[in-house]
Amino acid sequence: MYVAVKGGEKAIKNAHTLFAAKRRGNENVPGLRLDQITEQLSFAVDRVMGEGSLYDPELAAMAIRQAQGDLIEAIFLIRAYRTTLPRFGYAEPIETGKMAIERRISATFKDLPGGQVLGPTFDYSHRLINFDFDAEAAPETPPSSDEDIDLNAEVPRVSDILGKSGMIEPDHRFDEGHETGDLTRTPIDFPTDRDVRLQNLARGDEGFLLALGYSTQRGYARSHPFAGEIRFGEVEVEFFAEELGFAVPIGTMEVTECQMINQFKGSAKAPPAFTRGYGLVFGQAERKAMSMALVDRSLRWKELGEEFSAPAQDQEFVLSHSDNIQATGFVEHLKLPHYVDFQAELDLIRTMRKEFDAQQNENGDDDAPKMEAAQ
Amino acid sequence: MTAPSSPDTQAENAEVIARQRVMRVLAQAPDQQLEDLYEQFADKPDWTFARKPETGLVMTRGRIGGGGAPFNLGEITVTRAAIQLESGEVGHAYCQGRNQRKAAIAAFFDAAWLSEAHKQSVEANIIAPLEQEQVTAKKDKLKKAAATKVDFFTMVRGDG
Repeated sequence: MYVAVKGGEKAIKNAHTLFAAKRRGNENVPGLRLDQITEQLSFAVDRVMGEGSLYDPELAAMAIRQAQGDLIEAIFLIRAYRTTLPRFGYAEPIETGKMAIERRISATFKDLPGGQVLGPTFDYSHRLINFDFDAEAAPETPPSSDEDIDLNAEVPRVSDILGKSGMIEPDHRFDEGHETGDLTRTPIDFPTDRDVRLQNLARGDEGFLLALGYSTQRGYARSHPFAGEIRFGEVEVEFFAEELGFAVPIGTMEVTECQMINQFKGSAKAPPAFTRGYGLVFGQAERKAMSMALVDRSLRWKELGEEFSAPAQDQEFVLSHSDNIQATGFVEHLKLPHYVDFQAELDLIRTMRKEFDAQQNENGDDDAPKMEAAQ
Repeated sequence: MTAPSSPDTQAENAEVIARQRVMRVLAQAPDQQLEDLYEQFADKPDWTFARKPETGLVMTRGRIGGGGAPFNLGEITVTRAAIQLESGEVGHAYCQGRNQRKAAIAAFFDAAWLSEAHKQSVEANIIAPLEQEQVTAKKDKLKKAAATKVDFFTMVRGDG
């Protein structure tokens, strides 16, 4: 418990002024423009959109600038902002098969239909700091392929290709009448269905999911995964407008999709086949999409008749701790005044200490040296 | 199998597809460019708001595994508006983002495209050129991506 404390208004005001000056830094250095952030720090923008659970690059850039690059603080600003807007409704599900693919790789099929497109990526680089980097210099023009581009072409997912032969489980569906869960409207009730789990993971903290995904690879809920496919690119968003009676294309967004393929030795009911974990995240966020897919898969242990042995399988543990805004709120609230609580505990400790000392004296001198040594 | 659609339904579908194309092009147009096109548009008919611009959220959805049951992915900012021309046509706009002026202009062009008097002009001066630019930009992006396609050749293990 913490209590309201009066006083300190002036100190708070001055602290905010000081902080605003720190935000600006040396005024001889040009101030950050939003387009510099959206254009040149796109991974930070994507992370804030994903975990803020709101797709709006300019807004994410504003939040990053205001938060001085503290991405969790920026995510907090985004989450707070979204509560000020009305909800028009639910979009039609995006079609990742129709994605305008900028990057697509598979670690399971060398010659997958549609090809492996490396696209813009950190991969295959040496991770050496470039001391000669010139931020003002125009980059080399990327080469263009002279192949004909069909904007309506669909690129099959790896899971569709394997699915035809029955070697992999089909896409997950619910029984008729299932209503898609929405944790922004109804608090999670455990155990919860895979749709709500995926919503939670999609907005979950990248670091938390990365660590959990890593734990499954290291043997805590062993899952033996392959990166079946990772694709990144632009998809169209459509919204069914009641007053018009049809789906309106409202714009586009970039997403990363990951199909993780896992060995499954079969059960009494199901023949041996590959199973899948699924990841889908706003923007270019491969690490997050892969982690999400690993954790999605480990959370499915019960449905697949696997043994329960690790934290990454525990949906209450995973889903209750994945949200970095809830987490930071509870951890950082410890900074708020707890003076009364602490006084109460201090009194309690004093009382216990008195009782302890009295006990020691009663037991006589023999025990005293031992006690000292133990300390 | 779906029953073969009647000529009426087919005509209706074609109308919806044509309107979706217009709304798609307008929603994806850069804010400033749409503003400039509005300023340059000759003989603007008078209009009033049928619905004032309003910014809100739409919850986007994915599908489990890519093609399965829907799940909620996260929200997107959207601004909507509706405009009525003096001749009666009502145009709608749902544009990604928070730019209310853009949504109003998009709704205006949607309304003008619906009116016999302005349809051709909107198609020729607004929609077709914007669409051409959008297609070219998308193709350019995909061509650059396509240049990073991998040509694999398999090395035989233990050979040499």
